[in-house]
Amino acid sequence: MGERGPTESSTRRHFLAAAGAVALAPIFVRPARATPDTMAAAIREVVGEAPVREGKITLELPPLVENGNAVPMTVTVDSPMTAAEHVKRIHVFNEKNPQPNIATFHLGPRAGKAKISTRVRLADSQKVIAIAELSDGSFWSANADMIVTLAACLEESP
Amino acid sequence: MRLSPSPRGPLLKPGAVGWAKRRRRVPTTSDRGGHGASRLSPPYGPLLAGMASVVSCLLISTLLAAEIPQNERRSGTAFMSRDTQAMQEDDRANPGMLAVLDGEALWNQAPAGAKACAGCHGDASSSMKGVAARYPAFAEARGRPIDLEQRINLCRTEHQHAPPLAWEARELLALTAYVANQSRGMPITAGMDERTRPFVEAGRSLYNRRQGQLDLSCAQCHDDNWGKRLAGSVIPQAHPTGYPEYRLEWQSIGSLQRRLRSCTFGVRAEQLPYGAPEQVDLELYLMWRARGMPLETPAVRP
Amino acid sequence: MTQALVNVPAKAKRGEAIEIKTLISHPMETGYRHDTNGAAIPRDIIHTFVARYNGEEVFRADLHPAIAANPFITFFTVATESGVIELTWTLDHGEPVTQKANIIVE
Repeated sequence: MGERGPTESSTRRHFLAAAGAVALAPIFVRPARATPDTMAAAIREVVGEAPVREGKITLELPPLVENGNAVPMTVTVDSPMTAAEHVKRIHVFNEKNPQPNIATFHLGPRAGKAKISTRVRLADSQKVIAIAELSDGSFWSANADMIVTLAACLEESP
Repeated sequence: MRLSPSPRGPLLKPGAVGWAKRRRRVPTTSDRGGHGASRLSPPYGPLLAGMASVVSCLLISTLLAAEIPQNERRSGTAFMSRDTQAMQEDDRANPGMLAVLDGEALWNQAPAGAKACAGCHGDASSSMKGVAARYPAFAEARGRPIDLEQRINLCRTEHQHAPPLAWEARELLALTAYVANQSRGMPITAGMDERTRPFVEAGRSLYNRRQGQLDLSCAQCHDDNWGKRLAGSVIPQAHPTGYPEYRLEWQSIGSLQRRLRSCTFGVRAEQLPYGAPEQVDLELYLMWRARGMPLETPAVRP
Repeated sequence: MTQALVNVPAKAKRGEAIEIKTLISHPMETGYRHDTNGAAIPRDIIHTFVARYNGEEVFRADLHPAIAANPFITFFTVATESGVIELTWTLDHGEPVTQKANIIVE
Protein backbone atom coordinates (compact mmCIF):
# COMPACT_ATOMS: atom_id res chain seq x y z
CA MET A 1 0.00 0.00 0.00
CA GLY A 2 2.67 2.49 0.95
CA GLU A 3 2.34 5.87 2.50
CA ARG A 4 -0.20 8.28 1.14
CA GLY A 5 0.80 11.93 0.73
CA PRO A 6 -1.15 14.66 2.57
CA THR A 7 -2.91 15.88 -0.62
CA GLU A 8 -4.13 12.38 -1.49
CA SER A 9 -5.56 11.66 1.94
CA SER A 10 -7.20 15.10 2.24
CA THR A 11 -8.73 14.65 -1.21
CA ARG A 12 -10.06 11.29 -0.12
CA ARG A 13 -11.36 12.86 3.09
CA HIS A 14 -13.07 15.62 1.11
CA PHE A 15 -14.54 13.07 -1.24
CA LEU A 16 -15.81 10.94 1.63
CA ALA A 17 -17.22 13.99 3.38
CA ALA A 18 -18.94 15.13 0.19
CA ALA A 19 -20.25 11.61 -0.49
CA GLY A 20 -21.48 11.42 3.08
CA ALA A 21 -23.24 14.74 2.74
CA VAL A 22 -24.90 13.63 -0.48
CA ALA A 23 -25.95 10.34 1.12
CA LEU A 24 -27.40 12.18 4.10
CA ALA A 25 -29.00 14.96 2.06
CA PRO A 26 -32.24 13.13 1.15
CA ILE A 27 -32.96 12.60 4.83
CA PHE A 28 -32.99 16.33 5.42
CA VAL A 29 -34.96 17.32 2.34
CA ARG A 30 -38.65 17.54 3.22
CA PRO A 31 -41.23 17.07 0.45
CA ALA A 32 -42.65 20.38 -0.78
CA ARG A 33 -45.75 21.32 1.10
CA ALA A 34 -48.11 24.23 0.99
CA THR A 35 -48.31 26.25 4.16
CA PRO A 36 -50.71 29.00 5.16
CA ASP A 37 -48.06 31.38 3.72
CA THR A 38 -47.81 29.73 0.30
CA MET A 39 -51.59 29.59 0.18
CA ALA A 40 -51.74 33.30 1.01
CA ALA A 41 -49.20 33.93 -1.76
CA ALA A 42 -51.24 31.91 -4.25
CA ILE A 43 -54.34 33.87 -3.29
CA ARG A 44 -52.48 37.14 -3.67
CA GLU A 45 -51.43 36.13 -7.16
CA VAL A 46 -55.07 35.95 -8.13
CA VAL A 47 -56.51 38.75 -6.05
CA GLY A 48 -53.64 41.24 -6.02
CA GLU A 49 -54.21 43.97 -3.49
CA ALA A 50 -58.02 43.91 -3.83
CA PRO A 51 -59.98 43.27 -0.64
CA VAL A 52 -61.56 39.84 -0.23
CA ARG A 53 -64.86 39.83 1.63
CA GLU A 54 -66.67 36.89 3.16
CA GLY A 55 -70.05 36.10 1.68
CA LYS A 56 -71.96 35.33 -1.54
CA ILE A 57 -70.01 32.10 -2.02
CA THR A 58 -70.78 28.83 -0.24
CA LEU A 59 -68.30 26.00 0.07
CA GLU A 60 -69.77 22.57 0.82
CA LEU A 61 -67.39 19.89 2.07
CA PRO A 62 -68.02 17.01 4.48
CA PRO A 63 -66.80 18.02 7.96
CA LEU A 64 -65.30 14.61 8.66
CA VAL A 65 -63.60 13.02 5.68
CA GLU A 66 -63.48 9.23 5.45
CA ASN A 67 -60.72 9.15 2.91
CA GLY A 68 -58.66 12.10 1.75
CA ASN A 69 -58.29 10.64 -1.74
CA ALA A 70 -61.73 11.72 -2.93
CA VAL A 71 -63.57 14.41 -1.01
CA PRO A 72 -66.80 15.66 -2.61
CA MET A 73 -66.89 19.46 -2.88
CA THR A 74 -69.55 21.86 -4.12
CA VAL A 75 -69.08 25.61 -4.55
CA THR A 76 -72.09 27.83 -5.12
CA VAL A 77 -72.17 31.59 -5.67
CA ASP A 78 -75.30 33.63 -5.15
CA SER A 79 -75.39 35.58 -8.43
CA PRO A 80 -78.04 36.34 -11.10
CA MET A 81 -75.47 35.31 -13.76
CA THR A 82 -76.57 37.98 -16.20
CA ALA A 83 -74.31 39.80 -18.63
CA ALA A 84 -74.25 42.74 -16.24
CA GLU A 85 -73.69 40.78 -13.04
CA HIS A 86 -72.07 37.37 -13.01
CA VAL A 87 -69.26 35.25 -11.65
CA LYS A 88 -66.15 35.32 -13.82
CA ARG A 89 -64.08 32.76 -11.98
CA ILE A 90 -64.04 30.62 -8.86
CA HIS A 91 -60.63 29.75 -7.40
CA VAL A 92 -60.14 27.01 -4.81
CA PHE A 93 -57.09 26.82 -2.54
CA ASN A 94 -55.83 24.59 0.26
CA GLU A 95 -53.33 24.87 3.09
CA LYS A 96 -51.43 21.62 3.41
CA ASN A 97 -51.31 19.70 0.13
CA PRO A 98 -47.95 19.94 -1.69
CA GLN A 99 -49.44 22.71 -3.82
CA PRO A 100 -51.84 25.48 -2.74
CA ASN A 101 -54.04 25.44 -5.86
CA ILE A 102 -56.88 22.99 -6.32
CA ALA A 103 -58.74 24.35 -9.34
CA THR A 104 -59.99 27.45 -11.11
CA PHE A 105 -63.40 27.40 -12.73
CA HIS A 106 -64.20 29.93 -15.48
CA LEU A 107 -67.86 30.85 -15.76
CA GLY A 108 -69.73 33.76 -17.33
CA PRO A 109 -73.32 34.68 -18.18
CA ARG A 110 -73.77 31.48 -20.20
CA ALA A 111 -73.43 29.41 -17.04
CA GLY A 112 -76.92 30.23 -15.82
CA LYS A 113 -76.05 29.05 -12.35
CA ALA A 114 -72.77 29.36 -10.49
CA LYS A 115 -72.64 25.91 -8.96
CA ILE A 116 -69.84 23.43 -9.49
CA SER A 117 -69.22 20.04 -7.93
CA THR A 118 -66.08 17.96 -8.02
CA ARG A 119 -63.94 15.70 -5.83
CA VAL A 120 -60.67 16.87 -4.33
CA ARG A 121 -57.68 15.30 -2.64
CA LEU A 122 -56.80 16.44 0.85
CA ALA A 123 -53.48 15.29 2.25
CA ASP A 124 -54.19 16.23 5.84
CA SER A 125 -56.64 18.01 8.09
CA GLN A 126 -56.55 21.58 6.79
CA LYS A 127 -58.38 24.67 5.63
CA VAL A 128 -59.88 24.93 2.14
CA ILE A 129 -60.70 28.38 0.74
CA ALA A 130 -62.87 29.23 -2.27
CA ILE A 131 -62.74 32.72 -3.79
CA ALA A 132 -65.27 34.03 -6.30
CA GLU A 133 -64.22 36.73 -8.74
CA LEU A 134 -67.25 38.72 -9.89
CA SER A 135 -67.79 40.73 -13.05
CA ASP A 136 -67.54 43.98 -11.09
CA GLY A 137 -64.02 43.05 -10.02
CA SER A 138 -64.93 42.22 -6.41
CA PHE A 139 -63.68 39.13 -4.59
CA TRP A 140 -65.70 37.05 -2.15
CA SER A 141 -64.50 34.09 -0.11
CA ALA A 142 -65.70 31.14 1.95
CA ASN A 143 -63.61 28.63 3.85
CA ALA A 144 -63.98 25.21 5.44
CA ASP A 145 -61.95 23.53 8.16
CA MET A 146 -61.53 19.89 7.24
CA ILE A 147 -60.70 16.90 9.41
CA VAL A 148 -59.18 14.09 7.38
CA THR A 149 -58.97 10.65 8.97
CA LEU A 150 -56.62 8.07 7.55
CA ALA A 151 -57.65 4.59 6.53
CA ALA A 152 -57.44 2.20 9.46
CA CYS A 153 -55.28 -0.47 7.87
CA LEU A 154 -52.29 0.67 5.84
CA GLU A 155 -51.91 -1.43 2.77
CA GLU A 156 -49.09 -2.27 0.42
CA SER A 157 -49.16 -2.78 -3.31
CA PRO A 158 -51.92 -5.11 -4.48
CA MET B 1 -73.62 5.15 14.64
CA ARG B 2 -72.19 4.48 18.10
CA LEU B 3 -68.76 5.86 18.89
CA SER B 4 -66.63 3.91 21.27
CA PRO B 5 -63.78 5.52 23.20
CA SER B 6 -60.34 4.68 21.89
CA PRO B 7 -59.11 1.60 23.70
CA ARG B 8 -56.32 2.25 26.13
CA GLY B 9 -55.03 -1.26 25.93
CA PRO B 10 -55.27 -3.92 23.25
CA LEU B 11 -58.60 -3.84 21.49
CA LEU B 12 -59.29 -7.42 22.48
CA LYS B 13 -57.76 -9.50 25.18
CA PRO B 14 -56.91 -12.85 23.64
CA GLY B 15 -58.00 -15.78 25.70
CA ALA B 16 -60.32 -13.81 27.95
CA VAL B 17 -63.38 -15.82 28.65
CA GLY B 18 -66.53 -14.41 27.20
CA TRP B 19 -64.93 -11.63 25.13
CA ALA B 20 -67.61 -12.31 22.58
CA LYS B 21 -70.25 -11.51 25.16
CA ARG B 22 -69.73 -7.78 24.62
CA ARG B 23 -72.74 -7.54 22.34
CA ARG B 24 -75.29 -9.30 24.49
CA ARG B 25 -75.28 -10.67 27.97
CA VAL B 26 -75.27 -14.44 27.88
CA PRO B 27 -77.65 -15.93 30.44
CA THR B 28 -75.90 -18.41 32.71
CA THR B 29 -77.33 -21.25 34.75
CA SER B 30 -77.15 -19.14 37.89
CA ASP B 31 -79.37 -16.50 36.22
CA ARG B 32 -82.08 -19.00 35.73
CA GLY B 33 -82.48 -19.27 39.47
CA GLY B 34 -80.45 -22.35 40.26
CA HIS B 35 -81.72 -25.32 38.36
CA GLY B 36 -80.03 -28.65 38.03
CA ALA B 37 -76.56 -28.86 39.48
CA SER B 38 -76.95 -25.97 41.87
CA ARG B 39 -79.65 -27.88 43.66
CA LEU B 40 -76.98 -30.26 44.89
CA SER B 41 -75.65 -29.59 48.34
CA PRO B 42 -72.54 -27.42 48.67
CA PRO B 43 -69.73 -27.51 47.74
CA TYR B 44 -70.52 -29.72 44.75
CA GLY B 45 -73.70 -28.02 43.72
CA PRO B 46 -72.46 -24.46 43.39
CA LEU B 47 -69.10 -25.70 42.07
CA LEU B 48 -70.68 -27.75 39.32
CA ALA B 49 -73.13 -24.97 38.58
CA GLY B 50 -70.20 -22.57 38.31
CA MET B 51 -68.28 -24.88 35.98
CA ALA B 52 -71.36 -25.51 33.89
CA SER B 53 -71.98 -21.82 33.50
CA VAL B 54 -68.37 -21.20 32.47
CA VAL B 55 -68.53 -24.02 29.93
CA SER B 56 -71.87 -22.84 28.57
CA CYS B 57 -70.51 -19.29 28.36
CA LEU B 58 -67.58 -20.55 26.33
CA LEU B 59 -69.78 -22.67 24.09
CA ILE B 60 -72.39 -19.98 23.61
CA SER B 61 -69.77 -17.33 23.02
CA THR B 62 -68.09 -19.52 20.41
CA LEU B 63 -71.42 -20.06 18.70
CA LEU B 64 -72.25 -16.35 18.91
CA ALA B 65 -68.82 -15.58 17.50
CA ALA B 66 -69.68 -17.67 14.44
CA GLU B 67 -72.36 -15.48 12.89
CA ILE B 68 -74.07 -12.14 13.02
CA PRO B 69 -77.82 -12.74 13.40
CA GLN B 70 -79.43 -12.62 9.96
CA ASN B 71 -81.59 -9.61 10.74
CA GLU B 72 -78.62 -7.63 12.08
CA ARG B 73 -76.60 -7.93 8.89
CA ARG B 74 -75.80 -4.63 7.21
CA SER B 75 -73.98 -3.93 3.99
CA GLY B 76 -70.83 -1.81 4.11
CA THR B 77 -72.94 0.98 2.64
CA ALA B 78 -74.61 1.46 6.00
CA PHE B 79 -71.28 2.23 7.65
CA MET B 80 -70.20 4.94 5.21
CA SER B 81 -70.67 8.68 5.38
CA ARG B 82 -73.61 10.22 3.54
CA ASP B 83 -71.27 11.67 0.92
CA THR B 84 -69.72 8.32 0.07
CA GLN B 85 -73.17 6.74 -0.08
CA ALA B 86 -74.23 9.47 -2.52
CA MET B 87 -71.22 8.66 -4.68
CA GLN B 88 -72.39 5.07 -4.93
CA GLU B 89 -76.06 5.82 -5.47
CA ASP B 90 -75.63 8.02 -8.55
CA ASP B 91 -74.54 6.04 -11.61
CA ARG B 92 -73.37 9.29 -13.18
CA ALA B 93 -71.07 9.98 -10.24
CA ASN B 94 -69.98 6.45 -9.28
CA PRO B 95 -66.37 5.98 -10.47
CA GLY B 96 -66.94 2.21 -10.52
CA MET B 97 -69.33 2.74 -13.43
CA LEU B 98 -66.34 3.67 -15.59
CA ALA B 99 -65.13 0.09 -15.21
CA VAL B 100 -68.62 -1.21 -16.01
CA LEU B 101 -68.61 0.90 -19.20
CA ASP B 102 -65.18 -0.44 -20.04
CA GLY B 103 -66.42 -3.97 -19.45
CA GLU B 104 -69.37 -3.44 -21.77
CA ALA B 105 -66.97 -2.47 -24.55
CA LEU B 106 -64.79 -5.51 -23.86
CA TRP B 107 -67.83 -7.81 -23.76
CA ASN B 108 -68.49 -6.89 -27.37
CA GLN B 109 -64.89 -6.97 -28.50
CA ALA B 110 -63.73 -10.23 -30.11
CA PRO B 111 -60.21 -11.39 -29.33
CA ALA B 112 -58.19 -12.39 -32.41
CA GLY B 113 -59.72 -15.36 -34.21
CA ALA B 114 -62.51 -15.96 -31.71
CA LYS B 115 -65.96 -14.77 -30.78
CA ALA B 116 -66.55 -11.94 -28.35
CA CYS B 117 -68.31 -12.77 -25.09
CA ALA B 118 -71.43 -11.46 -26.79
CA GLY B 119 -70.91 -14.04 -29.53
CA CYS B 120 -71.91 -16.85 -27.16
CA HIS B 121 -73.67 -15.05 -24.35
CA GLY B 122 -75.51 -12.41 -26.33
CA ASP B 123 -76.94 -9.53 -24.36
CA ALA B 124 -75.35 -9.59 -20.91
CA SER B 125 -78.29 -7.83 -19.30
CA SER B 126 -80.30 -11.03 -19.76
CA SER B 127 -77.73 -13.83 -19.99
CA MET B 128 -75.65 -12.67 -17.04
CA LYS B 129 -78.55 -11.82 -14.76
CA GLY B 130 -78.05 -13.63 -11.46
CA VAL B 131 -74.67 -15.06 -12.39
CA ALA B 132 -72.44 -12.96 -10.15
CA ALA B 133 -74.89 -13.46 -7.27
CA ARG B 134 -74.08 -17.17 -7.14
CA TYR B 135 -70.32 -16.87 -7.41
CA PRO B 136 -67.92 -18.33 -6.27
CA ALA B 137 -69.57 -21.36 -7.85
CA PHE B 138 -68.60 -25.00 -8.24
CA ALA B 139 -66.70 -25.67 -11.47
CA GLU B 140 -66.78 -29.26 -12.74
CA ALA B 141 -63.61 -28.64 -14.69
CA ARG B 142 -61.73 -27.80 -11.50
CA GLY B 143 -63.55 -30.01 -9.03
CA ARG B 144 -63.86 -27.07 -6.67
CA PRO B 145 -65.45 -23.61 -6.54
CA ILE B 146 -63.97 -20.80 -8.55
CA ASP B 147 -64.70 -17.09 -8.38
CA LEU B 148 -66.05 -14.88 -11.17
CA GLU B 149 -62.62 -13.68 -12.28
CA GLN B 150 -61.47 -17.29 -12.63
CA ARG B 151 -64.66 -18.14 -14.54
CA ILE B 152 -64.02 -15.31 -16.99
CA ASN B 153 -60.47 -16.49 -17.53
CA LEU B 154 -61.69 -20.05 -17.96
CA CYS B 155 -63.97 -18.81 -20.77
CA ARG B 156 -61.11 -16.87 -22.30
CA THR B 157 -58.70 -19.78 -22.36
CA GLU B 158 -61.13 -22.60 -23.21
CA HIS B 159 -63.61 -20.91 -25.52
CA GLN B 160 -61.89 -17.81 -26.83
CA HIS B 161 -58.41 -19.36 -27.07
CA ALA B 162 -57.02 -16.17 -25.64
CA PRO B 163 -54.46 -15.80 -22.87
CA PRO B 164 -55.92 -15.37 -19.38
CA LEU B 165 -56.13 -11.82 -18.06
CA ALA B 166 -53.81 -10.96 -15.19
CA TRP B 167 -55.21 -10.53 -11.68
CA GLU B 168 -56.26 -6.93 -11.08
CA ALA B 169 -55.66 -6.06 -14.74
CA ARG B 170 -57.92 -3.30 -16.00
CA GLU B 171 -59.64 -5.63 -18.48
CA LEU B 172 -60.37 -8.37 -15.95
CA LEU B 173 -61.77 -5.90 -13.44
CA ALA B 174 -63.85 -4.26 -16.16
CA LEU B 175 -65.36 -7.53 -17.39
CA THR B 176 -66.01 -8.73 -13.84
CA ALA B 177 -67.60 -5.41 -12.92
CA TYR B 178 -69.79 -5.48 -16.04
CA VAL B 179 -70.97 -9.02 -15.40
CA ALA B 180 -71.54 -8.41 -11.69
CA ASN B 181 -73.43 -5.19 -12.42
CA GLN B 182 -76.02 -7.29 -14.27
CA SER B 183 -76.92 -8.88 -10.92
CA ARG B 184 -77.19 -5.57 -9.08
CA GLY B 185 -80.14 -5.64 -6.71
CA MET B 186 -80.43 -9.42 -6.76
CA PRO B 187 -79.97 -11.48 -3.59
CA ILE B 188 -76.66 -13.30 -3.14
CA THR B 189 -77.08 -17.06 -3.55
CA ALA B 190 -73.46 -18.26 -3.37
CA GLY B 191 -72.70 -21.39 -1.36
CA MET B 192 -76.19 -22.90 -1.64
CA ASP B 193 -74.98 -25.68 -3.95
CA GLU B 194 -74.34 -28.84 -1.89
CA ARG B 195 -71.07 -29.44 -3.71
CA THR B 196 -69.69 -26.21 -2.31
CA ARG B 197 -70.46 -27.15 1.30
CA PRO B 198 -67.00 -28.47 2.29
CA PHE B 199 -65.39 -25.37 0.76
CA VAL B 200 -67.74 -23.04 2.62
CA GLU B 201 -66.67 -24.79 5.82
CA ALA B 202 -63.01 -24.45 4.83
CA GLY B 203 -63.63 -20.75 4.32
CA ARG B 204 -65.34 -20.51 7.67
CA SER B 205 -62.28 -22.00 9.42
CA LEU B 206 -60.08 -19.46 7.72
CA TYR B 207 -62.41 -16.68 8.77
CA ASN B 208 -62.28 -17.76 12.40
CA ARG B 209 -58.57 -18.48 12.48
CA ARG B 210 -56.25 -16.02 14.21
CA GLN B 211 -53.36 -14.95 12.05
CA GLY B 212 -50.47 -12.59 11.74
CA GLN B 213 -48.38 -10.59 14.11
CA LEU B 214 -51.50 -8.96 15.49
CA ASP B 215 -52.98 -12.43 16.02
CA LEU B 216 -56.44 -11.45 14.91
CA SER B 217 -59.09 -13.43 13.10
CA CYS B 218 -61.56 -11.88 10.67
CA ALA B 219 -64.34 -12.79 13.10
CA GLN B 220 -62.88 -10.79 15.95
CA CYS B 221 -63.27 -7.51 14.11
CA HIS B 222 -66.12 -8.20 11.73
CA ASP B 223 -68.39 -10.45 13.79
CA ASP B 224 -67.72 -9.16 17.27
CA ASN B 225 -66.69 -5.55 16.95
CA TRP B 226 -68.50 -4.29 13.87
CA GLY B 227 -69.85 -0.81 14.36
CA LYS B 228 -67.02 0.15 16.66
CA ARG B 229 -64.11 2.28 15.49
CA LEU B 230 -60.59 1.22 14.64
CA ALA B 231 -58.32 4.26 14.33
CA GLY B 232 -61.03 6.62 13.13
CA SER B 233 -62.73 4.23 10.71
CA VAL B 234 -65.89 2.33 11.51
CA ILE B 235 -65.47 -1.45 11.37
CA PRO B 236 -67.99 -2.86 8.87
CA GLN B 237 -69.39 -6.40 8.91
CA ALA B 238 -67.30 -7.38 5.87
CA HIS B 239 -70.03 -8.52 3.51
CA PRO B 240 -68.67 -8.52 -0.04
CA THR B 241 -71.86 -7.15 -1.52
CA GLY B 242 -70.35 -4.80 -4.08
CA TYR B 243 -67.30 -6.36 -5.70
CA PRO B 244 -65.45 -5.40 -7.79
CA GLU B 245 -65.69 -2.17 -5.86
CA TYR B 246 -64.24 1.31 -6.18
CA ARG B 247 -62.23 1.87 -3.07
CA LEU B 248 -61.30 5.50 -2.38
CA GLU B 249 -58.11 4.28 -0.70
CA TRP B 250 -57.06 2.54 -3.92
CA GLN B 251 -58.26 5.37 -6.17
CA SER B 252 -59.43 2.61 -8.47
CA ILE B 253 -61.69 -0.38 -8.73
CA GLY B 254 -60.44 -3.64 -7.24
CA SER B 255 -61.43 -7.23 -6.51
CA LEU B 256 -62.41 -8.99 -3.31
CA GLN B 257 -59.14 -10.91 -3.40
CA ARG B 258 -57.27 -7.63 -3.38
CA ARG B 259 -59.28 -6.51 -0.36
CA LEU B 260 -58.63 -9.77 1.49
CA ARG B 261 -54.92 -9.43 0.81
CA SER B 262 -54.88 -5.92 2.20
CA CYS B 263 -56.79 -7.01 5.31
CA THR B 264 -54.23 -9.78 5.79
CA PHE B 265 -51.49 -7.23 5.42
CA GLY B 266 -53.25 -5.09 7.98
CA VAL B 267 -52.92 -7.76 10.66
CA ARG B 268 -49.34 -8.36 9.56
CA ALA B 269 -49.96 -11.85 8.24
CA GLU B 270 -48.56 -13.43 5.11
CA GLN B 271 -50.75 -12.60 2.16
CA LEU B 272 -52.18 -15.45 0.12
CA PRO B 273 -51.30 -15.20 -3.57
CA TYR B 274 -54.03 -14.27 -6.03
CA GLY B 275 -56.02 -17.32 -7.04
CA ALA B 276 -54.93 -19.42 -4.03
CA PRO B 277 -57.64 -21.99 -3.24
CA GLU B 278 -57.79 -20.74 0.37
CA GLN B 279 -58.47 -17.25 -0.90
CA VAL B 280 -61.37 -18.51 -3.01
CA ASP B 281 -62.67 -20.59 -0.08
CA LEU B 282 -62.72 -17.45 2.03
CA GLU B 283 -64.45 -15.52 -0.76
CA LEU B 284 -67.04 -18.28 -0.92
CA TYR B 285 -67.61 -18.29 2.82
CA LEU B 286 -68.00 -14.50 2.88
CA MET B 287 -70.51 -14.56 0.04
CA TRP B 288 -72.43 -17.39 1.70
CA ARG B 289 -72.38 -15.41 4.95
CA ALA B 290 -73.94 -12.53 2.99
CA ARG B 291 -76.58 -14.78 1.34
CA GLY B 292 -79.85 -13.03 0.70
CA MET B 293 -78.28 -9.57 0.80
CA PRO B 294 -78.54 -7.66 -2.48
CA LEU B 295 -75.53 -7.31 -4.74
CA GLU B 296 -74.42 -3.68 -5.17
CA THR B 297 -71.68 -3.84 -7.78
CA PRO B 298 -70.02 -1.46 -8.34
CA ALA B 299 -69.91 -0.36 -4.71
CA VAL B 300 -67.93 2.65 -3.48
CA ARG B 301 -66.06 2.24 -0.22
CA PRO B 302 -63.69 4.54 1.71
CA MET C 1 -58.79 3.44 -23.12
CA THR C 2 -59.91 6.61 -21.37
CA GLN C 3 -63.60 6.26 -20.76
CA ALA C 4 -65.77 9.27 -20.14
CA LEU C 5 -69.28 9.20 -18.73
CA VAL C 6 -71.19 12.31 -19.69
CA ASN C 7 -74.71 13.21 -18.69
CA VAL C 8 -76.40 15.98 -20.67
CA PRO C 9 -80.20 16.25 -20.66
CA ALA C 10 -81.52 15.20 -24.08
CA LYS C 11 -84.15 17.96 -24.06
CA ALA C 12 -84.37 21.34 -22.34
CA LYS C 13 -86.46 24.51 -22.35
CA ARG C 14 -84.93 27.60 -23.88
CA GLY C 15 -83.24 29.70 -21.22
CA GLU C 16 -83.21 26.90 -18.65
CA ALA C 17 -79.97 26.34 -16.73
CA ILE C 18 -79.17 22.66 -17.25
CA GLU C 19 -76.74 20.61 -15.21
CA ILE C 20 -74.05 18.66 -16.99
CA LYS C 21 -72.33 15.85 -15.11
CA THR C 22 -69.02 14.47 -16.28
CA LEU C 23 -66.84 11.62 -15.09
CA ILE C 24 -63.66 10.48 -16.77
CA SER C 25 -61.26 7.66 -15.92
CA HIS C 26 -57.77 9.00 -15.31
CA PRO C 27 -55.32 8.35 -12.44
CA MET C 28 -54.48 12.05 -11.98
CA GLU C 29 -50.97 11.06 -10.94
CA THR C 30 -49.82 13.87 -8.68
CA GLY C 31 -46.08 13.53 -9.14
CA TYR C 32 -45.65 13.24 -5.37
CA ARG C 33 -46.04 9.50 -5.08
CA HIS C 34 -43.15 7.04 -5.09
CA ASP C 35 -43.02 3.50 -6.37
CA THR C 36 -41.70 0.54 -4.37
CA ASN C 37 -38.15 1.36 -5.42
CA GLY C 38 -38.43 4.87 -4.07
CA ALA C 39 -38.46 6.51 -7.48
CA ALA C 40 -40.93 9.36 -7.94
CA ILE C 41 -43.86 8.53 -10.22
CA PRO C 42 -44.00 11.44 -12.68
CA ARG C 43 -46.98 13.78 -12.74
CA ASP C 44 -49.66 12.94 -15.27
CA ILE C 45 -52.93 14.74 -14.88
CA ILE C 46 -55.81 16.23 -16.83
CA HIS C 47 -54.98 19.92 -16.55
CA THR C 48 -57.84 21.52 -18.49
CA PHE C 49 -61.50 20.74 -19.04
CA VAL C 50 -63.52 22.78 -21.54
CA ALA C 51 -67.19 22.69 -22.51
CA ARG C 52 -68.24 24.17 -25.85
CA TYR C 53 -71.83 24.71 -26.86
CA ASN C 54 -72.19 24.84 -30.64
CA GLY C 55 -68.57 25.86 -30.77
CA GLU C 56 -68.69 28.59 -28.13
CA GLU C 57 -66.84 28.04 -24.87
CA VAL C 58 -69.29 28.06 -21.95
CA PHE C 59 -67.24 26.54 -19.16
CA ARG C 60 -63.58 25.92 -18.40
CA ALA C 61 -61.78 24.35 -15.49
CA ASP C 62 -58.05 24.55 -14.76
CA LEU C 63 -57.24 21.45 -12.75
CA HIS C 64 -54.31 20.73 -10.44
CA PRO C 65 -53.08 17.45 -8.85
CA ALA C 66 -55.42 18.14 -5.94
CA ILE C 67 -58.35 17.05 -8.07
CA ALA C 68 -59.15 13.44 -7.20
CA ALA C 69 -58.47 10.51 -9.55
CA ASN C 70 -61.18 9.80 -12.11
CA PRO C 71 -62.25 13.46 -12.14
CA PHE C 72 -65.89 14.16 -11.54
CA ILE C 73 -67.01 17.65 -12.59
CA THR C 74 -70.55 18.98 -12.71
CA PHE C 75 -71.52 22.46 -13.85
CA PHE C 76 -74.44 24.41 -15.30
CA THR C 77 -75.02 26.02 -18.66
CA VAL C 78 -77.96 27.85 -20.20
CA ALA C 79 -79.86 25.86 -22.85
CA THR C 80 -79.79 28.47 -25.61
CA GLU C 81 -80.46 26.44 -28.77
CA SER C 82 -80.46 22.89 -30.09
CA GLY C 83 -77.11 21.54 -31.08
CA VAL C 84 -74.01 19.84 -29.78
CA ILE C 85 -72.27 20.22 -26.47
CA GLU C 86 -68.64 19.19 -26.80
CA LEU C 87 -66.47 18.38 -23.80
CA THR C 88 -62.70 18.23 -24.03
CA TRP C 89 -60.24 17.04 -21.45
CA THR C 90 -56.61 18.02 -22.10
CA LEU C 91 -53.95 15.82 -20.55
CA ASP C 92 -50.32 16.38 -19.50
CA HIS C 93 -49.42 13.43 -21.70
CA GLY C 94 -51.45 11.95 -24.51
CA GLU C 95 -54.12 13.10 -26.89
CA PRO C 96 -57.03 15.20 -25.61
CA VAL C 97 -60.23 13.29 -24.99
CA THR C 98 -63.45 14.62 -26.49
CA GLN C 99 -67.04 13.60 -25.94
CA LYS C 100 -70.06 15.09 -27.68
CA ALA C 101 -73.70 15.16 -26.62
CA ASN C 102 -76.71 16.34 -28.57
CA ILE C 103 -79.33 18.56 -27.03
CA ILE C 104 -82.75 19.59 -28.25
CA VAL C 105 -83.91 22.96 -26.98
CA GLU C 106 -87.55 23.90 -27.36
